[in-house]
Amino acid sequence: MTGESATAAARPAEAPRRFGMAAAVVIVVAVVLLSFGVGRFAVSPTELWSLILSKALGLPVTVDPTVETVVWQIRLPRVLAGLLVGAALAAAGATYQGMFRNPLVSPDILGVSAGASLGAILGIFFSMPVLAIQGFAFAGGLVAVLAVYLVGSAVRNHDPILVLVLAGVAIGTLLGAGISLLKVLADPYNQLPAITYWLLGSLASITRGDLLSTLPAIALGLLPLYLLRWRMNLMALGEEEARALGIETKKLRVVFVAAATLITAAAVSITGIIGWIGLLIPHIARMLVGPEFSRLLPASLLLGGGYLVLVDMLARSMTATEIPLGILTALLGAPFFLWLLATARRGWQ
Amino acid sequence: MKLDVRGLGFGYKDRAVGRDVSFELNSGEVLCLLGPNGGGKTTLFKTLLGLIPAQAGTATLDGEDISKWSRRDFAKKIAYVPQAHATLFPFTVHEIVLMGRTARIGLFDTPSRHDRDAADRAIASVGIERLRDRVYTEISGGERQLTLVARALAQEADIMVLDEPTASLDFGNQVRVLERIVALGRQGKAVVLSTHDPDHAFLCGDRVALLHDGKLLALGPPDDTVTAENLKTLYGVDVVVAYLPDHKRRVCSPSLGAR
Repeated sequence: MTGESATAAARPAEAPRRFGMAAAVVIVVAVVLLSFGVGRFAVSPTELWSLILSKALGLPVTVDPTVETVVWQIRLPRVLAGLLVGAALAAAGATYQGMFRNPLVSPDILGVSAGASLGAILGIFFSMPVLAIQGFAFAGGLVAVLAVYLVGSAVRNHDPILVLVLAGVAIGTLLGAGISLLKVLADPYNQLPAITYWLLGSLASITRGDLLSTLPAIALGLLPLYLLRWRMNLMALGEEEARALGIETKKLRVVFVAAATLITAAAVSITGIIGWIGLLIPHIARMLVGPEFSRLLPASLLLGGGYLVLVDMLARSMTATEIPLGILTALLGAPFFLWLLATARRGWQ
Repeated sequence: MKLDVRGLGFGYKDRAVGRDVSFELNSGEVLCLLGPNGGGKTTLFKTLLGLIPAQAGTATLDGEDISKWSRRDFAKKIAYVPQAHATLFPFTVHEIVLMGRTARIGLFDTPSRHDRDAADRAIASVGIERLRDRVYTEISGGERQLTLVARALAQEADIMVLDEPTASLDFGNQVRVLERIVALGRQGKAVVLSTHDPDHAFLCGDRVALLHDGKLLALGPPDDTVTAENLKTLYGVDVVVAYLPDHKRRVCSPSLGAR
């Protein structure tokens, strides 16, 4: 029994959690503003401010027209894409973690990303239109997560969390083999660069059209997560307890898996694979606002968006050539994941 | 309110665990279920809660067949208190108790002011106000058990099913939980609990059911059912049941005859 330690650590959780959301908003606004200014073409805060003012109030533009083009035509779509995709991946991660009752699952570990990649690469391989590529990405992601989940529930004589993670690794590797095969078979001049670029993830080639075609799918996936936000909390209690408290867990699980997979696949289909966000951001959000999903979801959206905008800013400004996002998120994400493994017992045991 | 269980058979797809279990449970009554490990107590509870389908027989609440109920119907009528466990994520005690309100919260809604007040009342009625904003994963096992009792109270169900609520608790916490259970009966709840300690039947049971090999060995007031003979059948050990005249109740103790 842990009676002694519990009384010693008597601290209310509510107070810091109340300020968490405000902190998340401040962080995201700061990152977005910074990201408009930083880049190969520096934009000063005063220039940015006068641009925003003139846009908002319809005043004549007083700054250099090049600055105006850089801010509105180049950086704005990238920042919006970063916010959208980062938010989407983080929300999907928070959902998977709550639903599989496992703080270590994420779209990457469950094979969703690999499945979506294989689907999208198949689309690229057969030179399909963008919409078909997105559809393939979604189908691939769904098949992968279903396979992982079925294996996880079929194998009963081991720790379920371990089985889930290992099944995800195995199925992810299998899908990875399929991806490698397509890379070998792909046309090395047209398709292979597109595939490679896609596998490393980037916001560089995002267009307004991409944003507009993805937004509905992500919004459609987020809607049930938002509507069912209270019931999501009970999924974390486990099957029997949630049912005893009045939850139809089987139906809800289908809705949550479909929603989170749709969100992941839609995001991945325009930017390529950007790993780690779905794993890390929900943890940071939980530290800030606690695990209650009606706060965790908005906090994850905010922080996920802010994080990807930040990483994208680093990717385009650190070196002369752009660093693919997948490399940077892994560089930042892997150490954090290890730190989590070493210290996490406190948080969720 | 009356729960009527008739000839209930229960178990899993490939394995029957119990059969022919019949009992009644009325408002304000505490029924204590005794039986050895693997005797089917938990499976019986899961069947009563509709978590697994009954294999035979019926369970009716005021004449209504409960097997047709939705999960929400069950949660409004029968509250379940599982053994204290750790949750995965650091919810506060108040949030955990609030989850008991779920059956009364619309599918797309979040808890209202009214739900939050109900959770606070439930927390107060088990006397853990000081834990309200603490993190559930950081409190002691006894405190967690009381939190789960509070969650079941917030459910405002007529029937409460408690699965070994005193298991893994220290002596003081066991007594505190038992006191709370007696109080629940006095407040008009119908309570079923399972326990490993026959003394708990004397302490809090209005009636006792002895579950042996999936069948009811005995059912009735504690003084008639918790006898040395029945306990020998149930657990295979010799027990002395003595009367404490000063306290006007019985106690039982293993006799350790082999020495």
